[in-house]
Amino acid sequence: MITKTVADVADALHGIQNGMTVMVGGFGLSGIPENAIAELVRLEVKNLTCISNNAGVDDFGLGLLLQKKQIHTMIASYVGENTLFEQQMISGELEVILTPQGTLAEKCRAAQMGIPAFYTPAGYGTEVAEGKETREFDGKQFVLETAYKADFALVKAWKGDEAGNLIFRGTARNFNPLMCGAATITVAEVEELLPAGALNPNEIHVPGIFVNRIFKGIRFEKRIEQRTVQPK
Amino acid sequence: MALDKNHIAKRIAQELQSGYYVNLGIGIPTLVANYVPPGLEIEFQSENGILGMGPFPVEGQEDPDLINAGKQTITALPGASFFDSSTSFGMIRGQHVDLTVLGAMEVSERGDIANWKIPGKLVKGMGGAMDLVASAKNIIVAMMQVNRSGESKLVSHCSLPLTGVACVKRIVTELAVFDIVKEGFLLVERAPGETIETIQNATAGTLIVPDQIPEMRFSL
Repeated sequence: MITKTVADVADALHGIQNGMTVMVGGFGLSGIPENAIAELVRLEVKNLTCISNNAGVDDFGLGLLLQKKQIHTMIASYVGENTLFEQQMISGELEVILTPQGTLAEKCRAAQMGIPAFYTPAGYGTEVAEGKETREFDGKQFVLETAYKADFALVKAWKGDEAGNLIFRGTARNFNPLMCGAATITVAEVEELLPAGALNPNEIHVPGIFVNRIFKGIRFEKRIEQRTVQPK
Repeated sequence: MALDKNHIAKRIAQELQSGYYVNLGIGIPTLVANYVPPGLEIEFQSENGILGMGPFPVEGQEDPDLINAGKQTITALPGASFFDSSTSFGMIRGQHVDLTVLGAMEVSERGDIANWKIPGKLVKGMGGAMDLVASAKNIIVAMMQVNRSGESKLVSHCSLPLTGVACVKRIVTELAVFDIVKEGFLLVERAPGETIETIQNATAGTLIVPDQIPEMRFSL
């Protein structure tokens, strides 16, 4: 077995520097790497390019990095629910690249799988396709999109083992598996870190080869963004 | 009589067929789930990674690891599955999802849709809308036919930035049901008691009015 375990979040983020490109898993606040984000705040790394479906809320998720103005460029599909984000975007402090959600997912997966580019119909005929190559297949138009290049991928899983194998829970899976192995260094934080052999190999979602460093998160708040219930 | 949002959703629910996998957008489309005709086998997909989405949880059962694309807490029904975002959009792009219902700010008479950006106003992003409209097998737009300024949202050419081109098949509004055909908006049904004149006045693009236009029917 090849061990991927590191002692803590500080070891896990060793080597992260100003100006790097960082993939961050999660959809809304579900499945975000809370511990790694807290460490980025503590390290005060600046001028980051973040690739993440959303940008958190004002006081949680990537919103914590926005508070400290650590993000220079945000690549996301939807950035509502965040007034800090709006202010920094309007003032020009923050560059924003809006990308269709399925394209964003596939640009991560392409990086993971060693595919430099792919054709997708999303965005054809819209401003998203401006300046991009288009091509017709079977009478339908497609846009050429390229794989992301990133220095770090920060993901969150439910369970993991010493070999870096990961299992996700519910819809907290989202972009996390696609970012594993899509960057130079992939850091996974898990709620439960188990010895090798404790997870059933049949049930692994992401094989450890895609993960470089794994650690057990100290704190998971797992905040709910829109609490919707029906009466008992 | 113009329909309310629930009746628009009710009318769209009549489009559901047994065996359909369905993706519902935010707003009026979400209400469609409340009117699934009994006996139909339908599964709802939410693009953040669930098939077999159920209703909101009862209080105390909320799970931060179980949300829909609107970031609301939900439940999973028996037979549900979870998957990553790439697989999710593969279901849509690969046309495995049978029907997509979404809202719009404008629809053009050739089926172009604009629903993500108003120039001069803050842009929040397209989320999954561009992927959905570019590749869904069947797209129905659910919307009010005129905007808050009283302007028709059924136009000859969209003036707002596009979400997708030539993709909408059918539109259900508070006034009528339209199909996109080669010549423009084909009036298919009208809301109970609604006149052709009212519908025509609320349509800026080319409206095709056949001889017979049945009224929508709602079972109790």
